Amino acid sequence: MTEPVLEVSHISKSCGGRLILDDVSLSLNKGELKVLIGPSGGGKSTLLQCIHFLQTPDAGEIILEGRPASDMGRRHINVFRRQIGMIFQDFNLFDHLTAEHNVAIALRKVKKQSRAQALNRAREELARVGLADKGDLYPAQLSGGQKQRVSIARALAMDPKVMLLDEPTSALDPELIGEVLKVIADLSQSGMTMLMATHQIGFARHLTSEIIFMEAGRITESGPPAELLSTCGLSRAAGFCAKLNQLMGRG
Amino acid sequence: MAADYYQALGLELTRGFWLSLKIIGPSAVGGFLIGLVTGAVRGAGHPRFLARLLDGYVALFRGTALLVQIFIVYYGLPNLAQALNLPPFWKALLSLSPYQASVLVFALCSGAYHSEYIRGAVLSIGRGQFQAARALGFTRFQTFAHIVLPQALRRAWPGCGNEIIYLIKYSSLAFVVSARELTGAAQSVSNTYFRFTETFLVAGLYYLALVTLATWLFQRLEKAWARP
Ligand SMILES: Nc1ncnc2c1ncn2[C@@H]1O[C@H](COP(=O)(O)OP(=O)(O)OP(=O)(O)O)[C@@H](O)[C@H]1O
Ligand SMILES: [Mg+2]
Repeated sequence: MTEPVLEVSHISKSCGGRLILDDVSLSLNKGELKVLIGPSGGGKSTLLQCIHFLQTPDAGEIILEGRPASDMGRRHINVFRRQIGMIFQDFNLFDHLTAEHNVAIALRKVKKQSRAQALNRAREELARVGLADKGDLYPAQLSGGQKQRVSIARALAMDPKVMLLDEPTSALDPELIGEVLKVIADLSQSGMTMLMATHQIGFARHLTSEIIFMEAGRITESGPPAELLSTCGLSRAAGFCAKLNQLMGRG
Repeated sequence: MAADYYQALGLELTRGFWLSLKIIGPSAVGGFLIGLVTGAVRGAGHPRFLARLLDGYVALFRGTALLVQIFIVYYGLPNLAQALNLPPFWKALLSLSPYQASVLVFALCSGAYHSEYIRGAVLSIGRGQFQAARALGFTRFQTFAHIVLPQALRRAWPGCGNEIIYLIKYSSLAFVVSARELTGAAQSVSNTYFRFTETFLVAGLYYLALVTLATWLFQRLEKAWARP
């Protein structure tokens, strides 16, 4: 068996005396897309942020391509971080920069590429998410779906080994969700390794190898979508998914 | 007599105006830079000790009258050096000329106000952009320099411009430590010729011209830096 790209091993995190993550473990093989679902407050965002050390886990280990993050030390956490792309629910584009420069700035400042080189790459990545003609626009001039695609291009430009997506479509109007999901589906097909928190179960079940159900800081169920959803009504996860699907009017 | 007056008026006030410019220029630039650095550190709250120390500086300069500050720096510091019997080097260092004392106090006072505008603007930049930058591998400093500050500056700029306009006018307080800038010159001309109204009217026009020019310039900059 090949070594997983990302391994999350026994992560725990408490905040203000409350356990938010309770001994969470999972692993991602190359090219895999796994989906995190579960009720609000279940700890999905916290888990993704802990993998990225945007929050520091209290215990456990994050292992990227066989290298534990703890080996790199606090000082080199930025080197660790730039190998993992993060997509946020509310895009978090840099408001003072055009779409092109949003993508280019990390290449220039973090990877120390020249301006021309970085801009070239930025244009390539924007084209990849279908925004070749929007490079000169500022975030305020883009729709929500376009903003989220810019943020995906920005993460991709860093050549991440894994992408973490935290409800990438839940801040979007329904008619804009499709364009973002399509980009994510294309990415998955092109072999990107991804971990995504989402409520778009109808979409996720066709792409994902595993659905992970999180509740109260624990992984309570996990398995291939067919398996997990077929036992409809029996497990908490199936009930939750059925409800979600119902809400979204999909089967 | 009238001819003498107009000659003195023209000559003295123009000379005073130049000294005013020489006080305002470095005070405005120095004050803005002080405000930028201290406001950035206070907004970031990091390093924590320094941020708290700078809070103290701002509270001190915003909390006391400018006139008092000038008197303390101009008269108080040399007296203090004398009372403590400091070595000659320190005595010389603490005995500032009227010009030096004015620029120092104006820059520090103005800096305290700029600091507040910049700090507020830094705090208004959403946490999300900070997180996104860290997620891309920016260091804390890079995030601040390339993401937070450029946006904070745009937001703070109208306030900072306003502060510089105030500075132009309160620079007239330099005359209390006998700097012969615009107001000091107007004072001396009107005392000599007993013509107060016209003299201060002309001085007022000089200030008005300068403020108008500065306002126009700041608005140009604001437009040039604006982002949709
Ligand atoms: N900084 C914090 N301090 C205290 N509690 C926190 C903090 N961050 C998160 N929590 C708590 O941790 C729990 C998990 O939050 P989290 O945002 O990870 O859930 P989630 O599964 O992402 O929910 P959602 O679907 O609403 O995004 C919540 O109960 C939340 O209130
Ligand atoms: Mg969340």
